[in-house]
Amino acid sequence: MNTIRNSAAAAFAAASLFGGTAYADGVVNIYTYRQPALIQPVLDAFTADTGIKTEVLFLDKGLEERVQSEGTNSPVDVIMTVDISRLTKAKEAGITQALVDDVVNAEIPAEYRDPEGHWFGLTKRARVVYASKDRVKDTAITYADLADPKWKGKICIRSGQHDYNLALFSAAIEHWGPEKTEEWMKGLKANLAKKPDGGDRPQAGAIFAGECDIALGNTYYVGLMRTNEKEPQEKEWGNAINVIFPTFENGKTHVNISGAALAKNAPNRDNAVKLLQFLASDKAQQIYAEKNYEYPVEPGLEPSAEVKSFGELNADTLSLSEVASHRKEASEMVDRVGLDDGPSS
Amino acid sequence: MTGLHRPALPYGSGVSPDAGRLARAVKRPHHPGLRLGALLVCAIVLLPVISLAYVALSGTGEDWPHLVRNVLPGASVTTFNLLVMVAIGTSSIGVASAWMMVAYEFPFRRTLSWALVLPLSVPAYLAAYAFAEFFHFSGPVQTFYRSIFGFQSARDYWFPDIRSTAGCALVLSSVLYPYVYLTTRIVFLMQGRNIADVARTLGAKPGRVFWRVLLPVARPAIVAGVALALMETINDIGAAEYLGVRTLTVAVYQTWLARGSLEGGAQIALIMLLLVFAILGAEQWARSNQRFHTGRATHMKAHPPRVVLKGFRGPLATLLVTLPVLLGFGIPVFVFGQYAMRRLDQFASPELANAFFNTVMTASTTAVITVALALFLLNATRLVRSPDVAVTVRLASIGYALPGGILGLGLLFVLARFDNTLDSFMRTYFDRSTGLLLMGSAAGIVIACTIRFLALAEGSIRSGLEKLPGRLDEAARSLGRTPMQSAVSVLLPLLAPAILTAAVLVFVDTAKELSATILLRPFGFSTLATHVYENASRSQPQDGAAAALVIIATALVPVLVLSRALARDREATL
Repeated sequence: MNTIRNSAAAAFAAASLFGGTAYADGVVNIYTYRQPALIQPVLDAFTADTGIKTEVLFLDKGLEERVQSEGTNSPVDVIMTVDISRLTKAKEAGITQALVDDVVNAEIPAEYRDPEGHWFGLTKRARVVYASKDRVKDTAITYADLADPKWKGKICIRSGQHDYNLALFSAAIEHWGPEKTEEWMKGLKANLAKKPDGGDRPQAGAIFAGECDIALGNTYYVGLMRTNEKEPQEKEWGNAINVIFPTFENGKTHVNISGAALAKNAPNRDNAVKLLQFLASDKAQQIYAEKNYEYPVEPGLEPSAEVKSFGELNADTLSLSEVASHRKEASEMVDRVGLDDGPSS
Repeated sequence: MTGLHRPALPYGSGVSPDAGRLARAVKRPHHPGLRLGALLVCAIVLLPVISLAYVALSGTGEDWPHLVRNVLPGASVTTFNLLVMVAIGTSSIGVASAWMMVAYEFPFRRTLSWALVLPLSVPAYLAAYAFAEFFHFSGPVQTFYRSIFGFQSARDYWFPDIRSTAGCALVLSSVLYPYVYLTTRIVFLMQGRNIADVARTLGAKPGRVFWRVLLPVARPAIVAGVALALMETINDIGAAEYLGVRTLTVAVYQTWLARGSLEGGAQIALIMLLLVFAILGAEQWARSNQRFHTGRATHMKAHPPRVVLKGFRGPLATLLVTLPVLLGFGIPVFVFGQYAMRRLDQFASPELANAFFNTVMTASTTAVITVALALFLLNATRLVRSPDVAVTVRLASIGYALPGGILGLGLLFVLARFDNTLDSFMRTYFDRSTGLLLMGSAAGIVIACTIRFLALAEGSIRSGLEKLPGRLDEAARSLGRTPMQSAVSVLLPLLAPAILTAAVLVFVDTAKELSATILLRPFGFSTLATHVYENASRSQPQDGAAAALVIIATALVPVLVLSRALARDREATL
């Protein structure tokens, strides 16, 4: 009997190894929607500083469902993601826990973290206008201007259902109300040069190719394109455009965040808190800024020189949770208007 | 041997209807063990679908007013158009090239006969990216076009947009036509030629022979191949999303991810299964006519000579048959080859070697398990002549019709529930925690791919079984063997080509699988497909180029082995 039980235990131990779950001391387990390559430099610096190793699992969808189903046995300590609505969704799904930590709170301004401490913004990115250097003489374009018939057939965007566009449209709903936003979206649709597709970078490529004059895109892509040593074509795309910071009526530009949250059942909670403190620190913020061309959330820290060359960002002060609350409304509006059908239908 | 027949729902167990009826009249074998086993396997395989149905039923239906008004009409039309175009694309490329191979002799014919299978190794999502780049403004095609006509900007000329439903159909047809090519070529070889010769001796012209005799004979095989291509089209998300084509599958994901309603997404996905049943029904209807032909095919001994194409027609034929290979294989390898050339260091990375090892292990384990399960299920259907077993076995293969990420999610719920239940049981009674065993393990991925691709194995082996004379193993049984012994000693060797085909298809599809793998894997576990995705920082597949090429190479080896084995097998029987 004893032998049977022992061998059963051995089989389970082997299976756990097979499962590869890391519970060892000195580890912090991360589930991330951000690609490992983007967060690895920061995580390496964390390990160098603290001696705590990081285990990273990249998921492209279903992270919330996975953590929910794993329940109390979940190995995850820290959840990292981009887009405000994914952070608020993680909180709603009950997979995060509140963290009130003076070190973290001292670094991250209140508008970029959950009031109860369920998530923290780490970097900002602005949703801006890419404008053709050759064909666009305007130096200021507002979000409202994108519906102006003077841009008919001249605007490119990626799918309206993408997180970044949905967040922008949600912000518009918060500023303008749903009716005005829907009118505006119809105007934007009428101004499109072609059916929305691809990512933000190909929109710059389309401007380079002459398919359109202006496009919507995130700031960091411009930095990444202009410094891409591997693909000379992307340098051409990045250099074919100027960045214009569009504004709402309050004179401010829509920003989205990447962020992190402490997992509800974090088995290595102490290490997880150390990681969050590190991610909020000047050092980590600067690595993000330099390598990924994002804006630090901490006031007083400078973005990279490349990003500074875009001009001054005056980030919108809308509550990000409020913005995220309009996501479903924005997504339905995109379908109703038929934004992704392109200009013709 | 064609190995690519899709399963269909109603009863059909490989013996002719008459023989079946006779057998039932004589005796009704029970095999309670087999029956129970088959039902158990099917129940397990159906668990993710059931868990999705549970999710769907727990929804309120509040998404539907919006879906019905603004999403589904457009998505249905797009999906329908895409399916029609892929059906036309794969069948015309597949049938034409199969016919060229069988009927004519031209330069490089032997090489091309296996080269035509190569696109099978290219995942659709990579092909979509490669096509978009290749036909983009800055790609080689348009650059060449501009240099001829002296255009400067995209506004100076019109060029068809690959980012469209038609473009997506071109991409998918280019990588999916081998399914049709494989099924059809064998029918032309095995069954068509002798009938064709009869028609020709009666004075019919070659064109007339093709349209009036060969095409109708091959129709079930063509439909079987096309059905497979259409299933892949329906569950595709990568290519459609990248090319901005809003299919029903895209609507499933957007309902789930953009509007936060997994229930709504699951509801659409399950309704799409009905669409799939329609396709399967059509295929079954087409195949029901095939049984008449198959019985006679094996008697063919003569190997009629091919018509030698003379003069310019030889090279022209070579060119025509090379085109699909260039599209489905040449363009992706060219595009990713270029990126990889600028990133040669990636080939030396230990992560890539690790991902390669994981891929080969996962894919071969899945192939072995899936084939074994398929053999067990088919043997059960054969021996237990009961409609409920036959129907359950057919149902077990519907996992293939669901998008991988959705099926993966359904399985995720099941695995996590299993692990947590076992864990609390062990804690209570043995004071020992087992934690998460299957969730987040390589075993979980193997389970997901087994469930997803069981249909491929089951379909291949079933069609192999149907080609065998009805009561072959009964001879062995009359000599005193048990049903199991006779199946192993008589049927298994004869099924070898079908089993090989099944194993290769499952291996290749598992190696290409992305969505379920990425969702279920453990820490530090990458396959080649997830490696491409991870390294493609910020939706830039260039940075995953080396891994993309290795996926293609990994899938290539078994495809080539299969191609050669089928060729050998044919030489032996002809």
